[in-house]
Amino acid sequence: MKQQELRATLPSLLWLLVFVALPTCLIFYIAIKPATSNGGIGAGWSLDAIKALADPHFPAIIARTLWISFVTTGLCLMIALPVAWTIARANPQWKQRLLLLVVVPFWTNFLIRVFAWKQILHAEGFLATLLKKLHLIDDNTMLLYQPSTVILVSIYSFLPFAILPLYAAAEKFDFSLLDAARDLGASRARAIRQVFLPGIRQGLLTAAIVVFIPMLGSYIIPDLVGGKESEMIGNKIAQRNFNDRNLPQAAALSAALTLVVLLPFALRRRQG
Amino acid sequence: MSFLRFENIRKSFGNFRAVDDVTLSIEKGQIFSLLGPSGCGKTTLLRMAAGFEQPDSGRIFLDGIDITTLPPEQRKVNTVFQNYALFPHLNVRENIAFGLKMARHGNDFIRSEVDRMLALVDLEEHSDKRISQLSGGQKQRVAIARALVNRPQVLLLDEPLAALDLKLRQRLLVELDAIHDEVGITFLYVTHDQSEAMSISDQIAVMNHGQVQQIGTPHEIYETPLNSFVAAFIGDTNFLTGTVENSLEANTSLARIDDDITIIVENDRPLRTGDPIHLSLRPEKIQLTRSEPPTAPQRNRLTGIIEDTIYYGSHTRYWVRCGSLKLCAEVQHRKFSLEEKAPHWGDTVWIQWQAEDGFLLDSYNAEDESLLTLTEEELIVESP
Repeated sequence: MKQQELRATLPSLLWLLVFVALPTCLIFYIAIKPATSNGGIGAGWSLDAIKALADPHFPAIIARTLWISFVTTGLCLMIALPVAWTIARANPQWKQRLLLLVVVPFWTNFLIRVFAWKQILHAEGFLATLLKKLHLIDDNTMLLYQPSTVILVSIYSFLPFAILPLYAAAEKFDFSLLDAARDLGASRARAIRQVFLPGIRQGLLTAAIVVFIPMLGSYIIPDLVGGKESEMIGNKIAQRNFNDRNLPQAAALSAALTLVVLLPFALRRRQG
Repeated sequence: MSFLRFENIRKSFGNFRAVDDVTLSIEKGQIFSLLGPSGCGKTTLLRMAAGFEQPDSGRIFLDGIDITTLPPEQRKVNTVFQNYALFPHLNVRENIAFGLKMARHGNDFIRSEVDRMLALVDLEEHSDKRISQLSGGQKQRVAIARALVNRPQVLLLDEPLAALDLKLRQRLLVELDAIHDEVGITFLYVTHDQSEAMSISDQIAVMNHGQVQQIGTPHEIYETPLNSFVAAFIGDTNFLTGTVENSLEANTSLARIDDDITIIVENDRPLRTGDPIHLSLRPEKIQLTRSEPPTAPQRNRLTGIIEDTIYYGSHTRYWVRCGSLKLCAEVQHRKFSLEEKAPHWGDTVWIQWQAEDGFLLDSYNAEDESLLTLTEEELIVESP
């Protein structure tokens, strides 16, 4: 029995070992090596990269990364919940069509979709022109290069990842339980809060993790549509890597991020 | 003064008329059953009483107050759902406490009320179990306790025993009756199972195609069915169709069934010569003998050949061919009779019944014959 189990799990174990555990260890390893001037890794050991984390800029950037990620995750869930509910309650024919609509954006390359947002939000773009005509914004308002721009484009990018697990959970939810809750005196809102949300708890957790964790490491979206005020830790890692060519410092930042990412998993394990 | 009253209720789903002008009055403290085949509108009526559906027209009154448009959470009624609809994320105690929590009662009150309910449904030992750990019968009890703890004015039960096996169903039916005696709350009981409705109800409304066919006590419904649907849906029966030939006395007539058979009919309404009549004759009202019985007044006797028999243990049913008629007679086995030679398929026998036992129907629909245990087509015809 034990042997059978081992044989069945061996391929995925090897996969995780080679492509997850090993690279993670490598990052922690590089973080404690000295950097060389030509962008390589020197011999011996050094805590320079770890010490560099004490840079007073970093706490602010980490805090910003966290709040942008939290807000994006929260808004994603708030938008995804009614969508998942609607799809789960739709008749089978509509269910197929609506699910297709959720997945359809994936057919276009991610970068192209982000650049499309740059077009839409550009100072002389369609949206800014329209809003200015309607006097909803003045001439000086920038739609692009704001923290809110990063949140908007991130919500757009991650929404399907939130909808799908929530839909899967809502699909399995027995909606007659809401009738039962109303029958027992719960208002519609209380029935949803006390019966529907606990009923799809697993889906909520999955959706939150699936959005929150990539958000923490996000760097393309803040790089393309964000400004100086919306720089995230992902951008710092990229800078250390490409501009400063300081691999140990990039590795130290990545290691710090990895530890933050592992935290919710550890929490979830304790709960589950 | 009725306690729960449905007044001229109509409800359609698309082109389907689920409830078609139903008026019902339910007395306080009664067990009132809505009985009918699936799609007859009984569950729709119950869901309207609960507030999950709105009638297209008509009104619903509870204790004199119009509750037609009240949302479910504001009605003093609670429902026991067919699939129980227990909350899987809560344990037994939390499920039962749900309604009291919604009403924002204090913790001490909730605890003592839930304890009282756990005792009533005999689930004290299971109070901390998850719903998934319970058997079907236990889930059913939790569902009943969860509804009753709120002290509803009416308890609505939607096919509460349908998901259970026969023996458990019978036992829970007795328990349900005992609970009703103890709490004295009005029950509105929806079922498609006539034996369930017969054994638990004070009053039954038999429904078909969205309309009430007959309202009465189980006894009235069984013995004096108004039409062929009620006669065939409740228990089993024989339908006899004929024409009045002449009146014998004030309330007895002679009716011709076919060229060879005439029978005596007792009529509680005046009949004229030439009137078509339809009778319902319950199988247990027919006596079956091997030898020719003596003639008696007000008694019909025919001779025929047994074409089919079904042995039920406590009784046997014989289908006897008498000319164009095929009648089902039920014979109780009152004594141990392994040695006694029972009438056999192919035997010639005599059947007889009292004229008053053939009940005159107000209306007859040939389709309802399909509700009988054995229809003409289903009988296996074999030559002996």
